[in-house]
Amino acid sequence: MTTTVADRFRTEAAKRILVTDGAFGTMIQNYRLTEADYRGHLDTGFDQKGNNDLLVITMPHVIAEITEAYLDAGSDIVSTNTFNANRVSQADYGAEHLVRDLNMAAAHIARDAADTAEAKDGRPRFVAGAIGPTNKTLSLSPDVNDPGFRAIDFDELKDVYREQIDALLDGGVDFILIETIFDTLNAKAGIMAVLEAGEARGQDIPMMISMTVTDMSGRNLSGHSVEAFWAAIRHARPITVGLNCSFGAPQLRPHVVALSAIADTLIMVYPNAGLPNDLGAYDEEPDTTAGFIREWVDTGLINVIGGCCGTTPGHIAAMARTVRGHAPRVPASPPVQTMLAGLEPMILAA
Amino acid sequence: MATAPILPTDDDTPAVSRASFVNIGERTNVTGSAMFKKLIMAGDYTKAVEVARQQVENGAQIVDVNMDEGLLDAEFAMTTFLKLIAAEPDIARVPIMVDSSKWSVIEAGLKCVSGKPIVNSISMKEGEEAFLGLARKCRAYGAAVVVMAFDEVGQADTRERKVEICSRAYDLLVGDGFEPQDIIFDPNIFAVATGIDEHRRYAIDFIEACRDIRVRCPRAHISGGVSNLSFSFRGNEPVRRAMHSVFLFHAIQAGLDMGIVNAGQLDVYDTIDPELREACEDVIWDRREDATDRLITLAEKFRGTDAVAEKQAEEWRSWPVVKRLEHALVKGLDAFVVEDTEEARQGFARPIEVIEGPLMDGMNVVGDLFGAGKMFLPQVVKSARVMKKAVAHLLPFIEAAKEQGARAKGRIIMATVKGDVHDIGKNIVGVVLQCNGYEVIDLGVMVPWTTILQSAADNDVDMIGLSGLITPSLDEMVTVAAEMKRQGMTMPLLIGGATTSKVHTALRIEPAYDGPVVHVLDASRAVGVASTLMSDTQRDAFVEKTAGEYEALRVARASKGQNELATLAEARANAFVIDPAMQPPAPKQPGVHVFDAWDLADLRETIDWTPFFRAWELAGNYPAILDDKIVGESARSLFADAQEMLDRIIAEKWLTARGVAGLWPARREGDDIVVTGDAGDVRLPMLRQQIKKREGRANMCLADFIAPQDDWFGGFAVGIHGIDPHIARFKAEHDDYRDILLKALADRLAEAFAEKLHAHVRTTLWGYAEGEQLTNEALIREQYRGIRPAPGYPACPDHSLKPILFDLLNATDATGLTLTESFAMLPTAAVSGFYFGHPQSEYFGVARVGRDQLEDYAARRDADLDTAERWLRPNLD
Repeated sequence: MTTTVADRFRTEAAKRILVTDGAFGTMIQNYRLTEADYRGHLDTGFDQKGNNDLLVITMPHVIAEITEAYLDAGSDIVSTNTFNANRVSQADYGAEHLVRDLNMAAAHIARDAADTAEAKDGRPRFVAGAIGPTNKTLSLSPDVNDPGFRAIDFDELKDVYREQIDALLDGGVDFILIETIFDTLNAKAGIMAVLEAGEARGQDIPMMISMTVTDMSGRNLSGHSVEAFWAAIRHARPITVGLNCSFGAPQLRPHVVALSAIADTLIMVYPNAGLPNDLGAYDEEPDTTAGFIREWVDTGLINVIGGCCGTTPGHIAAMARTVRGHAPRVPASPPVQTMLAGLEPMILAA
Repeated sequence: MATAPILPTDDDTPAVSRASFVNIGERTNVTGSAMFKKLIMAGDYTKAVEVARQQVENGAQIVDVNMDEGLLDAEFAMTTFLKLIAAEPDIARVPIMVDSSKWSVIEAGLKCVSGKPIVNSISMKEGEEAFLGLARKCRAYGAAVVVMAFDEVGQADTRERKVEICSRAYDLLVGDGFEPQDIIFDPNIFAVATGIDEHRRYAIDFIEACRDIRVRCPRAHISGGVSNLSFSFRGNEPVRRAMHSVFLFHAIQAGLDMGIVNAGQLDVYDTIDPELREACEDVIWDRREDATDRLITLAEKFRGTDAVAEKQAEEWRSWPVVKRLEHALVKGLDAFVVEDTEEARQGFARPIEVIEGPLMDGMNVVGDLFGAGKMFLPQVVKSARVMKKAVAHLLPFIEAAKEQGARAKGRIIMATVKGDVHDIGKNIVGVVLQCNGYEVIDLGVMVPWTTILQSAADNDVDMIGLSGLITPSLDEMVTVAAEMKRQGMTMPLLIGGATTSKVHTALRIEPAYDGPVVHVLDASRAVGVASTLMSDTQRDAFVEKTAGEYEALRVARASKGQNELATLAEARANAFVIDPAMQPPAPKQPGVHVFDAWDLADLRETIDWTPFFRAWELAGNYPAILDDKIVGESARSLFADAQEMLDRIIAEKWLTARGVAGLWPARREGDDIVVTGDAGDVRLPMLRQQIKKREGRANMCLADFIAPQDDWFGGFAVGIHGIDPHIARFKAEHDDYRDILLKALADRLAEAFAEKLHAHVRTTLWGYAEGEQLTNEALIREQYRGIRPAPGYPACPDHSLKPILFDLLNATDATGLTLTESFAMLPTAAVSGFYFGHPQSEYFGVARVGRDQLEDYAARRDADLDTAERWLRPNLD
């Protein structure tokens, strides 16, 4: 039997704590790109400044440089610069028609960089095709006076995701990373899209699933606790589940502990570089972030670590040094139980 | 005394709901609720949402939503309603059951539900392929499924058809990769007492099918729509409720673990009118030819009993206030609770006594009924709500009455850790400290570390004391210490309780924490330790000395040549070999024997008093202790008080001794004892001594005492019930002495019960020692044939065998005994264990075992290594 990329990933993850990449958005800001840089030769009739996902076409070397910087810093996984490369988000820029091109181009950049790095030192590298949450929610009404209203429905969102997923897979990514999940039902639509894409292709598509918590009690915007979230998405059999963004590492820890204790799969966490300061900037130093991670490593909480908003190749390098030589978490093997969930989990002995 | 009463608060709504019977709310179902249907037909979704909220408040743990009505656009109604309740956290916190006979409606619903819902239902009505196709879709939506016992031929009505269809569906689903724990069978509850003969066995068929399906389809659940049962009594709510309660009482024991019920309307089994209850029993079990006719006749008496209910309502309003409060708590009636609480407050010296007295009494009744399986969760939730309202009324008075007393010598938190229920020792320590001017914040039993740390922070305490009696509590104490360290705490941590030791404290707890850790051997040392720790001049030296002592213990332990371990294979080769010629005969009365109320006067004769004095920290053996030079006077006085209380316990029937003993065919397979119980073979893996023995001494294992075939084995569980109202009374009277006295006596009665029951087994039930005549002294010295080792004690150190023993005995149903997550028994005065009849069987200690046995044991228990390691921690390096 041929080994799948998921098998290879699990083999690597059994040996050591893996490192994923850091932020793209805050890195791109440092290039101080102008509207003309963003737009390139395209004309959609909309301003494009701020449309970071477009840069994979108009300024591909910027994205390639950032990706390579993370690989140099020690990343085993790089993700595609496609957080908003979907029809819903691109509609704000009049760029819906570019969705397939954006995802293909982004996948090629990440794939080339990862393959080059792997060829250089022989260490396996992986590419995660990143799927953001879009700016619409399936569980919440944007209209406070009409709680039953929804700006999008399940099938529409599933189609939006499917378009992006197909392009990423055609571009050569290894995994689909459904990240920054603030609405659990959005994630379930994403999972359904991956399952249907897999069925169409006749293959299992490995998923990485990452929730973001939006308050200190550890719930996402749709109100799910991490335990309820795990119950809701466990049917995806993801190769990793975890948390990203949210806030800094110390605030995230209790929720990582809770998830780590119940998830019978690998845990991937990529927190922000602390909390933003008064000016909205992240100023937590790499060694500070890595110091927090140190405790996670010592208590065997994680399998994959990386950074979200505000993290830089410096942060990733510090994390890579911190985790080197330390044993990865052994996935939990909880008793077989029936897990149901509303906003809270409901566990029945089975 | 700053005791924090255990009050239900918002935080008590368990974040993780764990339940043995799950109530699925049925009122948001247009086919079941005329009112809900009217609201939906009229498009009044705002009020419809309130119906959902109400049933969650009333205790529904899952909300069933059904919009199957010919005149409705069911897809529209389903999605509209689901989106609206998604916006209500009070409702959306529980899982949703998407209920429709049309797949298109179910799928539309699934697209609006986050979390993990249940689909109700799919079946093999259209054949296996269609069934599997829908099941796969449910899985892709992340839903569990209800599978109705319905196939190509039709709906299953007999026990055989129900079991056959469910088994086939189970095999198909599991074969397709569906996780069995996500399957819920609905084997069809049909109406009984319809006057049609074929319907008479419907309840029996259902109950028996439950039992079979549970065995045939491991990990799957069973659910049912309960209201169908009483369809022929439409319009007669009191009779319907009684039928439902009686049916559930039996079906749950057979394995029904979910039900679509009106969560707000279930009667407590014990409080159903006895005549009505008997008539319902007759119908459900088809016990007499005229069962249906009799129930119909009787039903007339209860028809339109809204009037009767009103009369009853008026009647209880005329009772004394304490009785009214208890009644309100047990019945979950909150209409009058504020005015009754106010009346009670004016009758008590201090507002807090209203809480500690009548309110806690009522909650204890609720707890006992729930523990005995005679009351269901929704009723308990309602009771808790009544409690909450009462407490909310009292709190301002309690706060206003707070006196500014002299500053205590120190403020100490005391708690029995999570999973453990034993508190006699802790209470003694608490009383002693209070007598010496310390303020004690007693967090009670089963306290999670989060509560301990939070309370420490909120109350600015000077130190924390942890207590525990059973071995799993040792691990929990390490967790508390580690979490205190994580939060940067440095206050002293005191460790006490029967299972704790200086060595464990030094080896495991102290290294986990940065502040001072002190093992307190008994209550008499507590004051000394506390005052030293509070002293500016002595503290540092004491802390340093203790830390040094513990370090020395660790060093000694590390360098000490431990007894060499044999490999498991070597140990097994050196097993104890019983003499087959001495094997006791088969029991005269095999099977399970339940004792509902063993005579307390009889137990009194068998009490072993020595441990009773030890509980009070009076050293010496009974009866010599009564004449002891030093403690004799105290011992005599205590003994007299104990006798006086025993007189009252017996005369006034304070307590009930409930027990169960079982004798089953058994055989040895390796180190396992395989017991043939009611539900087939049950495996009890045992541990073997591994420390190398000198020539001629065996490496013992309890399994050695059982023959490889055709042998017998027994088990028992006994408990002393009914202590709670009395304890609450003592607490209300601030009488810690009698509180502890009663608890200690209850413990002694439980031990005496175990002794008496064992004698009864030897002489009568098993009967291998028919003519045995032993004095109480000889009993205490165990001068009889056979042993009764208990899980959690040296010969069988793993507490986690208790659930298996309890299942064999059906102990929870038979005796009302339950187990905590750490396998402590409730009520606390309880004993359980195994019977070995072979005359060569003897007590021993397993002591230290090796990794090889740990791994072997984990495999035999079908547990993962981490879990097994946790179970065996005290026996591992």
